[in-house]
Amino acid sequence: MAHPANQRKKPDCGRWESGGREWALPGKRVWPLHLVTPVWNRGTRGTRGLSRAVAPEGSQKKGRSLLQFLADRFYDVQALREYLLRKQVLKVHQKNRPFTYIRERFGPHAAGAYFILKQGGAVKFQGKEWIRSDARGHFSLDFLKFQAVPVEAVDASGCAINYQGLDSVLALKELQSLWLQRCPHVDDWCLGRLHPLANSLQELSLAGCPRISERGLASLHHLQNLRRLDISDLPAVSNPGLTRILVEEMLPSCQVLGADWAQGLPSGPEEQSRDTASPLPA
Amino acid sequence: MLRRALQPGLSRGVLGRGLGTHRGRSTLGKVEGSGGYRGSWVAPVSSYVTFRTRDPTHDGKTVGRLGEGDQNGKVSEIKKKIQSVLPRGAWNPLRDTSYLPPEHSDVVIVGGGVIGLSVAYWLKRLEKPQGAIRVLVVERDHTYSQASTALSVGGIRQQFSVPENIQLSLFSVEFLRNINEYLAVVDDPPLDIQFNPSGYLLLASEKGAAVMESNVKVQRQEGAKVCLMSPEQLRNKFPWINTEGVALASYGMEHEGWFDPWCLLQGLRRKVQSMGVLFCHGEVTRFVSSSSHTETTSGEEVTLRRIHEVHVKMDRSLEYQPVECALVINAAGAWSGQIAELAGVGKGPPGTLQGTQLPVELRKRYVYLWHCPQGPGLETPFVIDASGAYFRREGLGNNYLGGCSPTEEEEPDPGNLEVDHDFFQDKVWPPLAQRVPAFETLKVRSAWAGYYDYNTFDQNGVVGPHPLVVNMYFATGFSGHGLQQAPAVGRAVAEMVLDGHFRTINLSPFLFNRFYLGEKVQEHNII
Repeated sequence: MAHPANQRKKPDCGRWESGGREWALPGKRVWPLHLVTPVWNRGTRGTRGLSRAVAPEGSQKKGRSLLQFLADRFYDVQALREYLLRKQVLKVHQKNRPFTYIRERFGPHAAGAYFILKQGGAVKFQGKEWIRSDARGHFSLDFLKFQAVPVEAVDASGCAINYQGLDSVLALKELQSLWLQRCPHVDDWCLGRLHPLANSLQELSLAGCPRISERGLASLHHLQNLRRLDISDLPAVSNPGLTRILVEEMLPSCQVLGADWAQGLPSGPEEQSRDTASPLPA
Repeated sequence: MLRRALQPGLSRGVLGRGLGTHRGRSTLGKVEGSGGYRGSWVAPVSSYVTFRTRDPTHDGKTVGRLGEGDQNGKVSEIKKKIQSVLPRGAWNPLRDTSYLPPEHSDVVIVGGGVIGLSVAYWLKRLEKPQGAIRVLVVERDHTYSQASTALSVGGIRQQFSVPENIQLSLFSVEFLRNINEYLAVVDDPPLDIQFNPSGYLLLASEKGAAVMESNVKVQRQEGAKVCLMSPEQLRNKFPWINTEGVALASYGMEHEGWFDPWCLLQGLRRKVQSMGVLFCHGEVTRFVSSSSHTETTSGEEVTLRRIHEVHVKMDRSLEYQPVECALVINAAGAWSGQIAELAGVGKGPPGTLQGTQLPVELRKRYVYLWHCPQGPGLETPFVIDASGAYFRREGLGNNYLGGCSPTEEEEPDPGNLEVDHDFFQDKVWPPLAQRVPAFETLKVRSAWAGYYDYNTFDQNGVVGPHPLVVNMYFATGFSGHGLQQAPAVGRAVAEMVLDGHFRTINLSPFLFNRFYLGEKVQEHNII
């Protein structure tokens, strides 16, 4: 079988997992013999519960099957796809870089505001109006003139803020209201980072974030000054009604907006089920 | 003629690989009269067809000869024969040995748990150029039914007393946070390790308060986010704790919690397979090594051994495969002591370097899952009491996991993984019920037991090469905190193998030499 010089053909994988290695037999041309690892080598289900790591093959989208087909068979296509994947990840990292020069020159509040505005969000300084970037991402730099005026509220809805990017937000020591609605990269790890804002934060909104689950919400108990918490529409939370009850008990002085706690309960005496789930003393 | 050439190979038979065997199923046998195959060519079906096959089980050269009559039966028979000869068919003139490991491998990793897979991952990731090293992972139980990884409680913390442990844990947390960048496989779904960032709460009595303070200082220096709490602050924060007898508590605010170890294992396995590491389902039964004598600088004579071959025995069979290798990495967890003995570690007069055995042995630990309807809520961290008993929340339904390490005298027999429920009644429940009054009413739902790869010397890991068996590297002995250090340890071992020294985290205090020199790196915060 002749291979075109510029395309190394990958071994036919089909249903088998292959090592993707080329073995050189002595005295012969290098053929890509695939080393077929037997079926049990694939992600088998564990003895303790289901493995979430490997999804069955049928669940992949039809539209990408051509690309997958090619990527399974050609190293070049696979390398290209890996490169594109990495580029996407790097783009998010680039958006979340810290602005150290602005921080040193103008202070942490100005740096935080600049970061949020650059991402496409909005900032409100104490005693001033909301500053927003326009549709083309431009915003006025007047706020750099505010000397030591703290940032009171941050609206980062829909921004690509992630774990690194939270550095700039956590530096805003007198932040009272933080809106992280529909942020695609805010996950449980980010929520574990919010504890430095415990003294000042009164309002937090996490509605619609796809990566937040009840495990991250458990780390919100540091925020004892929180008065309003919005946890509606979190797709990764397994049991929204129960989660809301547990969060309400965890933060007794906070008003929790979100899933209706009766959601998912069978119709019946609702008051009773509330009472049995309260471990904290009054 | 080929059949006669095959026969000597076949008569050697079961206990070794002869000539004429092959790996993989794509090699086709030949059918005479067709001149070989090109793709999916199908032989024409006609009523007079003769098949000559090199089938050693058949005496004659022709397999079938069609005559008149009974067309349909014969035609379907022919069709079946053709299909079996084509690619992916069942017929193979040469013996299929795809279940055996390869005959040569650069690195053989004994043990396919989280440490072994982590070493394999970092070897493939740090090797220059890409694809240079052949790695084979030998795991004798693919269901991981007794592996410490699968049975682990899954916690990760930075609250250790040894700075190296803190650094290992910090890097591992960073690895887990970015697990979908490290272990990304194109077209596979992202991993969700279900991390709970709830932190660890260590409680200390009067006796241990000073040690806890100095530990927290070291931890803060290394970059862990830990805060000290007085009993009063503890009562404010966690009203369900009974602070009687507690003098000080240290609470990890960030980077601590628990996660799903099975997911990490499967993620590593998937990624490592995509990087080209070979897996083998077998058990290491023998090392074939050679020795050479040299003199040290002080004139003493030492015997250096070098492992040349690893004999891997297949599951439920006597068949074994000798794998020629350059390096062996002992990541066998609780069974590392046995593997080290096979390699000749510790065969010598006691008190010498030759006679120093690897002090890693199996220790059984119990974990109990109970339900307590009035128990602590969502904010419960992983609580470790001063008495050594620990518990953590599991899920949203008021379930808790916990246990306790027995004292040396009460060590259970590690022969099997049976659970002793009396241990819970006598040793685990009383201290926990005293600490959390709500736990006075609870009901045990289930329990399991797992092994610690317990380092009897100082309860810390052994990492790095053996001074005498020059090509055996250790990555074992973590005594219950192996899972949380696995990514970092894998990287350290890979650096040692590829560069000869540690580059990122200096684990020289964890080398094997310390057992001979008697230098203990005692870790105080072991549960």
